[in-house]
Amino acid sequence: MSPQKRRLMALLLALLPLLGLFAHVAVRSGPLAPVAVTVTTVESQPLNPALFGIGTVEARYSYKIGPTAAGRVKHLFVDVGDRVKAGQVLGEMDPVDLDARIRAQEAALKAARAAVRQAEAKAAYARSQARRYEKLLRARSVSEEQVAAKRQELAVAEAALTAARDEVHRIQADIEALIAQRGYLKLVAPVAGLVVARQANPGTSVMAGQAVVEVIDPTVLWIDARFDQISAGGLAPGLPAKIRLRSRHQQLFGGRVLRLEPLADSVTQEMRAKILFEEALRPMPPLGELAEVTVALPALPARPVIPNAAIREVGGRRGVWLLQPDGLRFVPVRLGRSDLDGRVQVLDGLKEGERIVVYSEEPLTPRIRVEVVERIPGVTP
Amino acid sequence: MISLAGRDILHSWGKFVFTGIGLGLLIGVTLTMAGVYRGMVADGKALLDNSGADLWVVQQETLGPYAESSSVYDDLWRGIRTMPGVAAAANVTYLTMQIRHGRRDVRAMVVGIMAGNPGDPGWPPHLVAGRQITRGHYEAVADIASGFRLGDELKIRRDRYKVVGLTRRMVSSNGDPMVFIPLKDAQAAQFLKDNDAIWMQRRRTEANPAFNRPTVPGLLEAVLASQTVNNQVNAILVRLAPGYTPEEVAAPIRRWKRLTVYDRSQMEEILIGKLIATAAKQIGMFLVILAVVSAAIVAFIIYTLTMDKIREIAVLKLIGTRNRTIARMILLQALALGAIGFVVGKIAATFAAPHFPKYVLLMPADSLAGFFAVMLICVLASLVAIRLALKVDPAEAIGG
Repeated sequence: MSPQKRRLMALLLALLPLLGLFAHVAVRSGPLAPVAVTVTTVESQPLNPALFGIGTVEARYSYKIGPTAAGRVKHLFVDVGDRVKAGQVLGEMDPVDLDARIRAQEAALKAARAAVRQAEAKAAYARSQARRYEKLLRARSVSEEQVAAKRQELAVAEAALTAARDEVHRIQADIEALIAQRGYLKLVAPVAGLVVARQANPGTSVMAGQAVVEVIDPTVLWIDARFDQISAGGLAPGLPAKIRLRSRHQQLFGGRVLRLEPLADSVTQEMRAKILFEEALRPMPPLGELAEVTVALPALPARPVIPNAAIREVGGRRGVWLLQPDGLRFVPVRLGRSDLDGRVQVLDGLKEGERIVVYSEEPLTPRIRVEVVERIPGVTP
Repeated sequence: MISLAGRDILHSWGKFVFTGIGLGLLIGVTLTMAGVYRGMVADGKALLDNSGADLWVVQQETLGPYAESSSVYDDLWRGIRTMPGVAAAANVTYLTMQIRHGRRDVRAMVVGIMAGNPGDPGWPPHLVAGRQITRGHYEAVADIASGFRLGDELKIRRDRYKVVGLTRRMVSSNGDPMVFIPLKDAQAAQFLKDNDAIWMQRRRTEANPAFNRPTVPGLLEAVLASQTVNNQVNAILVRLAPGYTPEEVAAPIRRWKRLTVYDRSQMEEILIGKLIATAAKQIGMFLVILAVVSAAIVAFIIYTLTMDKIREIAVLKLIGTRNRTIARMILLQALALGAIGFVVGKIAATFAAPHFPKYVLLMPADSLAGFFAVMLICVLASLVAIRLALKVDPAEAIGG
């Protein structure tokens, strides 16, 4: 081999890999390169659809306890976090002038009773005078006019006596009312429960009806949950639910849909439902804590099922790319229910056993060259 | 038969090939720079493609939602959905922010997508792994460029999101990867203040006697509740029904809804003509300089290669070689050098492109134009060298 030939060989050896690399680059990148896709086979599977919503922990029964009349708080015997029994006195309102008013009414009652006695004496005298003048008239020693005057005096005295007796009743009723009002100054727990708020402290003036202490029944908590209307089909009372609290997000709690609120929120486009905890939680979660709720719907019978990542929108129609021996074909499909793992039922358009594109590197078109791969390049398992 | 040029190359092929490779790296940088420019434009177009919209309805007199901030009420889409020619309408929010993931944070564009089905406007059009969002809260589909993996937990504001799907080439016009989350979460994230700010605001409201009236219990609570709601979105994406032109649908929305509407070409004009215009010009300027420098270096290399063998050329002339043959030799060598340089440059650019943090798009048309430019520069440079070679005095072969 001449030195020149050897040199030529060396040059070709240097240039050939370069040309090979160039050809590879030209074919494997740019518009000539095939698009990597992954493919799955449509299978018929049963589906367990579920709904996902969020809500806050709330007490089913809560009681706001306050005075029935305006007044000042005198004592409060409980604080936030205390357990109370039914009928327990939680606090007392300051009577202010109520006792004095009762005493004044009692004195008024005595005066009224004295007035009754006075009226009785007047009436007795008037009655005897009237009787005597009747006799004298029969003996014709007084005029008829004098007798009429005495009869009128008797009627007036008897009316005064009735009025005095009624006044006594009125004052007695007043006293009873004041004593009853004094009884309502006690703030009493209507049920056994937990004090969650103490809105006013002794010395504070409160209005009639304003809450001083708030008590809840800690054994019955529920979630006031919200579900987006678009994905809340099938939500019904009695369905089992899984509850995840924000503070204990590793743990799942059982629950049940108690009721679906008849009023939906038109602003947020959400439906509201109450989810009851299966059993009381220990420790009790704070009211107002955020909770995630997953409601399981009844299982659906087997039908062709596809992953939701396969669904594409082409020319205003929703469908999937079918992989056929001669290339790709877009088929519109009608979709049914889906579950939270992203599996969707196909009602129309696909048959079992057909191969469809799930993931693709680039948007697909019918004439594109594809390469079926196990995993799209760049995705780490 | 090997030509004169071939013989000369074979004579010192190592030097020739290495010169070609060096030249190639320079051409590779130029091609990559062109790719960076194309990538910027492609990022802008990808943003529009990925939104799946034909029309963008934004706040009146704004260039939103990408180039300017825009906010519209989130119940306006219902009115727009009923306009003739509208096949689908969906709210969308865009917010570029840092997303915490473990110990690092990633700059990303958070896109809030309305609850619905895959394929709706705003939803990622295709995935490379995982699945689309199925829960109405706390799920995310992230772009693979963000470095997130399936199952990762992200922190956006105070909520944690689980990555359930991955996309590819879903980027903002700045090349930031997109992270898709449900609209309600995105609205909260966009307008949610930090806890300290909320507490301070509550204190301020409580201190205001107009809101905190002892005779009106419940007023303060109502005012505080109204301060923490957000019912705004950045834009409404509209998809046209078949048979309608964008202008036919946009005109009534502009006129009766008193909102600004952009179609695809206007949006491209805003994104490419306004948003990335300066950055693109910067890159373009750099590309021009790089091209000029490359041309100068190619010319120098060919010139020096010729100068190196000026003695041999003198000998050729001395033995009576025709000028045409000498000129052919120099021209062919220059073209061969250019071809090697282009091949090496193209390979280098292709292999370097994926390692750039932002998208680099190498267009075949650019490569082709680059090939012809390299060849033209080689021809021009060899003309100078040929002129020099032909002027050489054959006497130099024996003299000097």
